[in-house]
Amino acid sequence: MDAKRYELNVQLAQMLKGGVIMDVTNVEQATIAEEAGAVAVMALERVPADIRKDGGVARMSDPAMIAAIKKSVTIPVMAKARIGHFVEAQILEALRIDYIDESEVLTPADEECHIDKTKFSIPFVCGARNLGEALRRIAEGAAMIRTKGEAGTGNVVEAVRHMRTMNREIRQLAQMPIEEVTGFAKNNGIPYELALKIKELGRLPVVNFAAGGIATPADAALMMQLGCDGVFVGSGIFKAADPAPRARAIVKATAYFNDPQKVLEASMGLGEAMPGLEISQIPPDQILAKRGW
Amino acid sequence: MTLHLVSDKPSVIGVLDLQGGVHEHLEHLEQLGVSYKRVKHPSDFADLAGLIIPGGESSCLSRLLNIFEIKNVILEAHRKGMKIWGTCAGAILLAREVVGETPCLDLIDIKIERNGFGSQLDSFVSEALIPAVSAQPVPLTFIRAPKITDAGREVNILLRIDDYIAAAESENILVTVFHPELTGCLALHRYFAIKCGLKPAANSHNCIDPLWKSSSWTKHAGIA
Repeated sequence: MDAKRYELNVQLAQMLKGGVIMDVTNVEQATIAEEAGAVAVMALERVPADIRKDGGVARMSDPAMIAAIKKSVTIPVMAKARIGHFVEAQILEALRIDYIDESEVLTPADEECHIDKTKFSIPFVCGARNLGEALRRIAEGAAMIRTKGEAGTGNVVEAVRHMRTMNREIRQLAQMPIEEVTGFAKNNGIPYELALKIKELGRLPVVNFAAGGIATPADAALMMQLGCDGVFVGSGIFKAADPAPRARAIVKATAYFNDPQKVLEASMGLGEAMPGLEISQIPPDQILAKRGW
Repeated sequence: MTLHLVSDKPSVIGVLDLQGGVHEHLEHLEQLGVSYKRVKHPSDFADLAGLIIPGGESSCLSRLLNIFEIKNVILEAHRKGMKIWGTCAGAILLAREVVGETPCLDLIDIKIERNGFGSQLDSFVSEALIPAVSAQPVPLTFIRAPKITDAGREVNILLRIDDYIAAAESENILVTVFHPELTGCLALHRYFAIKCGLKPAANSHNCIDPLWKSSSWTKHAGIA
């Protein structure tokens, strides 16, 4: 990926700002998402809540199913590859979708290396729990970042933790005297040049969406007020009692996140949200956010 | 008592702040030295000299315009003289005819096809001379861009490339399928500001802002 291609890929994510990216598992759901005002769809065979329930190894979805979804919508289509599985990424690039999510929701294929994303022309979004993780992914060529949160739980607490952690670390870096940056970069596993860039900009140099546990319009507005650029909603829509109105409501609340009256209106009468999971009740080896580093 | 000042002409350009590349336009307007603000509530649209509808996803933007009744507010402000510039998705919203879809604002007689080039892998940059806009070549960034395939007789075509139209205008509307706000070029913003009756800063004549970086938008999108 040359510098110009990378810039174009960062810029596509910039055009998604203020929007909602929705997980969809078939053409019907993709159509509902597009009509609700999603800015992109994430095509996958099972939403994270089902992946969590089913157990076993979760892999890239059937390309035929991704292709059918791509054909059915005009908004960008994303799909997930396993962490480190660069051949799944090659397949998704050959399929000519718009964005690859190198995702901890799938079972990692490599516990040491993430994908070398600079070898691709297609853009990648990667999950992160803190600033160091975000910047390591950017150093590997990610053009967009999202919080990991804890996917498939309908519990926003981890997404909040990850967003607050990133923001705290960015603020620390922005205010720190220059001679402290080397140590901060070392302790947080941040490439020094990127640490300097964050210090200069006071934020990530690429778009940062919230993901992992967003289930209600209020959750989406909360993440937006915490400073993310947009939201991913995975299981939160199609695991809810009535997906279409909930999808529309989350789009509204994301656009008008700082207007309580509008978020109130969006929150009315949506029926049951997806069932939630308490994080402490999840066996430690089933915490998805710990995958990748 | 209400004061009516004769010289009180609208002097602010609004950027529609619902979804998409809002910060990038704010940054260019700031460089140009014209007054600007984000607009998203009906009351924000009173007394705007111009409105920029940014790139984003047109299906999302058109839905939000409809449900929050901003569509009629924009149409009313346009009737009162507000100029409008749509980039990429914004151009789709302004078009009279959108291939395969219902048009949204229907304010300029063009036919436009969403996603005319393919997927993100087909996004590209190039440059072209747009004589009406700048004496220097203008850098062009196309991201999953639409194609304007036809234009009515009263529409002035500013840039034609191969089989499509990339920039066009009528008396009150400007459309570009590319993204000047994603380059260091201020020429289109300057052109629009003048169309709105504003006077951009004297030093904005150069097409390319030498201080612009691809991360310049971030200063308008700080963390909470």
